[in-house]
Amino acid sequence: MAKITFITNDGEKTTLEGTSGSVMSLAVENGISGIDGDCGGVCSCATCHVHVAEEDMERVGEASEIEAVMLELADDVTEFSRLSCQIEISEGIDGIVLTVAE
Amino acid sequence: MKKNLIEDPFEKEREEKGIGEMNDQNDQVTMVLRHRDVRKCAHNWKDYTSAAKPGRIVIPSEVNIRETRQIPFELDPPKHGQYRKVIEEWFRRPLKEDYQEKLKSQIELLLDEVIDLEQVELVHDFALKLQSRALTLLLNTPFEESETWISWGTHVFRSEGEALDGDKANILYDYIDKEIKRAELNPTDDLYSMLLASAVEGKKLTHEEIKGVLVLTFAGGRDTVINAVTNTIAYFAEHPESLTHIKEEPEIVGKAVEELLRYFSPLTQIGRVVKTDSHICEHAVKADTRIGLCWASANRDAQVFENPNEIDLTRKMNPHVAFGFGTHNCLGASHARQILRILVLAIASKVESIEVLDGEENIEELGVFRRKVGYHNLNVAFNKIENK
Repeated sequence: MAKITFITNDGEKTTLEGTSGSVMSLAVENGISGIDGDCGGVCSCATCHVHVAEEDMERVGEASEIEAVMLELADDVTEFSRLSCQIEISEGIDGIVLTVAE
Repeated sequence: MKKNLIEDPFEKEREEKGIGEMNDQNDQVTMVLRHRDVRKCAHNWKDYTSAAKPGRIVIPSEVNIRETRQIPFELDPPKHGQYRKVIEEWFRRPLKEDYQEKLKSQIELLLDEVIDLEQVELVHDFALKLQSRALTLLLNTPFEESETWISWGTHVFRSEGEALDGDKANILYDYIDKEIKRAELNPTDDLYSMLLASAVEGKKLTHEEIKGVLVLTFAGGRDTVINAVTNTIAYFAEHPESLTHIKEEPEIVGKAVEELLRYFSPLTQIGRVVKTDSHICEHAVKADTRIGLCWASANRDAQVFENPNEIDLTRKMNPHVAFGFGTHNCLGASHARQILRILVLAIASKVESIEVLDGEENIEELGVFRRKVGYHNLNVAFNKIENK
C-alpha cells in the first residue's frame, strides 16, 4: 500500500492509495485532471507527465533511457520530470508528492 | 496470398544516411527517417513550418486540388494552439463511457452483419462502413449520414488509378459547405454547430475556417482508419495465437493496439516546409523545399525498438509516433484508439478464426521506396465462435 499525492494545475491536492500497477493508471482511474494516459502506459504519448517533489526523487528513481528520450522534447520538462506510466506503485514510494506538468 | 507482412523499406537508408529523397510532383521531399530526428523536426516548428501553401505539407502534395487551409493542421504556433483549443475537448469525447458504448454497439452490429457470410471484402464492406459509421459519433451527426460517406468510396481525395482527383475533393467540399449552411440555419449539437458558435480571439470562426476543420476531420481519418482496421484483421487471420491471447487476457488490448499502430503506421509521413537552409543528419536541406516526417520509418528504428519488425502485443515500452509527435499530434487519436480497442475485443469475443482468401495490396511509391500501407481489397471469411 502506498499513498500518493497529486497536485493539479489548479493547485488542488488529492491523495490516493494504491497497491500495484502504474501511478498513471491510479491517477486516470480517479480522474486526476491533466493525467490522461492516452496510450495506456507504453511511453508513447507523454500525457502522464509529472514533476516529482525534489525530496522524493531518489525513491522514485530516474527515468529509463527511452522515457528520458520521450521527456527530452516534452513541454514543461525539468530535472524532476517523469512519465507516471513508468512509475510502478510499491511501498517504496509511499508518501510521494507529484505535481502534474502543464 | 502473401503473408500479412508490412516490411520496412527504409532500414538501409535510415541506418546509413538517416534520410531518403523523393520527388513529389516536382516538389522535392527530404524524408527524415530516424526516430530521434523525426521527433526533433516535428518539435521544431520554427524551422519547419506547417503554415505553408494549403496542401503542400501533405505528401503527395494537394496544392493543385485544394485551396482550403486545413485547421489546425496547417497552422504554426501560436495560432495553431488557439484553434486547437477550440476543438480539443470535442475530440476527447471518445474517452467518455457513453461514446464508447455507442461505438461498441456499432462495431458489434457490423461484425454480426458479416460474420456469417461466406466471404466478405474487408476494405469496402467492413472497414469503410465501420469508419464512416464511427465518424457520425465523432461529428455527432445522424447515423444516416454515414450512407452518403460510404457512397463516396474509400478515398475522399483519390480514386482508383489516380493519385489525386480534384472531382472527388469537390464532392467533399460541396458536401461540407452544404452542411455548414444547414447548421447555421438549424443548429444542433453536432460539430458544425459547435464550430459556428466558437470564436478565436473574440472573432467567430469563418465558414472557410470551419470548412478547414471539417476537411481535416474527414480526410485525416479516412484511409488511415480503413488501413488500420483492415491490417488488424489480416494480422489476426495469420496469428490465431494472438487472437487466443486477447481472448484469455483482454486487459492487454491497450498495449496490443499501440503495438499494431506502431507496426502498421497508417500514415507514412507528413511534410513540413523548410524556412531557412539547414541540415538534417549532415545533409543540407534548402529553404522552401520540404522535409517528410516519416513516422513509418521512425517506428521501425532499432535504436529505439527491440526487434522492430516483430509484432509483440505486450511490448511494454513503445514510444511510437504513429499519431505524429508534438504540438500537431493527431486530434483523432482518441477516436482511432477506441475504434481499434473495441474492434479487437469484439473480434476476440465473437470470432474463432479468420481465413484470408485473396486480395490486392496497396503499395505507396515514395521515390526509391515502396511501402505497403494496406490493401485495395481483401476477401476473408470469419469463423464464428459457436455458443455451446
